[in-house]
Amino acid sequence: MSSLYLVFKNLTRSKLRLFLTLFATFIAFMVYGTLTAFQMALNAGVELSADDRLIVVNKIHFTQSLPISHFNKVKSVEGVDAVTHLNWFGGYYQDPQKLFTMMAVDPESFLDVYDDYVLTPAEAEAWLKNRQGLIAGESVARTFGWKVGDRIPINSNIFSQRDGSTVWDFDVVAIYRGKDEQSDSNSVYFHYKYFNETQSFGGNFIGWMGVRTTSPDKNEQVVNAIDDLFANTPAETDTMPEVAFNKAFIEQIGNIGLILTSVVVAAFFIILVIVGNSMVLSIRERTNEIGVMKTLGFTSPAIFRMVLAESVAIAMIGGLLGLLAARGLIHLISNAPIQLPPLIMDGTSVFKAILIMLALGLITGIVPAVNALRLNIVTALSRS
Amino acid sequence: MSDEILFELKNVAKKFVKGTESIAVFDNLNMSIKKGDFLAIMGPSGSGKTTLLNLLGGVDKPTAGEINFDGKRVDTLSEGQLAAWRANNIGFIFQFYNLMPMLNANRNVELPLLLTRLGKQQRKKNVAAALELVNLSDRARHMPSEMSGGQQQRVAIARALVSDPKLLLCDEPTGDLDRETADEILGILQLLNSKFGKTIVMVTHDPQAAKYAKRTLHLDKGQFVEKDLAA
Repeated sequence: MSSLYLVFKNLTRSKLRLFLTLFATFIAFMVYGTLTAFQMALNAGVELSADDRLIVVNKIHFTQSLPISHFNKVKSVEGVDAVTHLNWFGGYYQDPQKLFTMMAVDPESFLDVYDDYVLTPAEAEAWLKNRQGLIAGESVARTFGWKVGDRIPINSNIFSQRDGSTVWDFDVVAIYRGKDEQSDSNSVYFHYKYFNETQSFGGNFIGWMGVRTTSPDKNEQVVNAIDDLFANTPAETDTMPEVAFNKAFIEQIGNIGLILTSVVVAAFFIILVIVGNSMVLSIRERTNEIGVMKTLGFTSPAIFRMVLAESVAIAMIGGLLGLLAARGLIHLISNAPIQLPPLIMDGTSVFKAILIMLALGLITGIVPAVNALRLNIVTALSRS
Repeated sequence: MSDEILFELKNVAKKFVKGTESIAVFDNLNMSIKKGDFLAIMGPSGSGKTTLLNLLGGVDKPTAGEINFDGKRVDTLSEGQLAAWRANNIGFIFQFYNLMPMLNANRNVELPLLLTRLGKQQRKKNVAAALELVNLSDRARHMPSEMSGGQQQRVAIARALVSDPKLLLCDEPTGDLDRETADEILGILQLLNSKFGKTIVMVTHDPQAAKYAKRTLHLDKGQFVEKDLAA
């Protein structure tokens, strides 16, 4: 027998109370783990933004198009290393409810500017050669069961072809992976030329441009040069670093980070009250036993540590089980046939969670531990 | 009984403050306990028997005076030092046994040994010996809730004995037991005193219990009246 055995026996003396306290902690950390994964996924665009990439959009609003002539002019701006253009397609496969990110791009310059997509040279070659070819992220391909070689019809909820049809036929030429675990693998890219030649809205416009500068130090200079170039034209531009664009895009949805943080803080606050109250009651019920232990020669600091160990053990056991459940939940959600950004629980999140568990255990245990520390033997024994 | 003095109280005073009122339990109390003594302390309720036991056990401190144990002053020790002193020298037996309800008899007896440097095997041997001494080896794995009052008190005696203390302090050890069981418990205490030389101080209301002691001190209004039962 050791002090740890005493901690274990004290913890398990009331099975129902232990179960309920662990369950409350379990739920809080499951919520924390899952919401943190969502928050990370939402922030991934910002986190993974390249320092040397800029976005050029229409100054009126980023949903307004730009003439393709802008693309050719930006190429010649000093400090620009590479430039590409993208056009939102509004694609869906079979079910109009299951929209996904699909963009018409110039493949050559696209792969040059965006090196986040992992394709073999053969896959890249195959895409460049096939005007009806598309590359799909592994997540979206898994969702719809696409494989290389498939010919698939995709609808647009924005554009139509000159014959009135909203369906375009494509060849799946490659399934790409993200360079990073959190990189987007939910998108589909296809040839702008195929799109531009077949759509009925009038051609030669683009959605926005992606620019890679020769160095992040040149960003400010390039931003000013591009916006000055198109000042006082019918399509003025607003150029900004990719990170700023992605951040502004996320903020359009609302302050998701604040909402998620509020939910997590509320969950932890409730746990703090439940576990704290449970610990105070548990120690109060053991006043006499603590008095007896002190009488036998256990020191007050030793008893203080045992009480703290109990509350930390509850927080750690419930918390780790909660994180494990969150991991399972994330796996389930990630494999569900719905379009979501990659959800992952990384080492930093787990480390933060463990720190929160420790803090929670210490906070909930500190009041009963101090009470036990201060408990006078005569008073304790007289309560029996 | 040896002539060596184990415990000595010199001019001990103990006062409790309740609001603005100060209540003196003892004032200028003197007593000594020799090694190998079996002392019963009797007296009416509120006479200070338990307070005296608390002072002897180092769980309470006197307001004035000094307490010496084996020639060393103990009333000036810090709380931590007193805890270590209690663990090494004193065995406590309570009226309501005060066993840990979540531990079986074995573990309850082993509890004081967690404060020693003994290894697991040695602790196991000591626990088995203590339980055998109180004739409870067959109940070693029973929980307190599975034992009678008498059996629980025997476990409590084994717990008090297991670290081989010099002094056993018993607070109404038979107060919660029937006559027959009380006699069994008192017989064990008497055996511990006569055969193993343990010094015992027992607070009791029961004159029958006091007969097992070598001498009885009557406490009244903070002073002792000694009656030698052996005489």
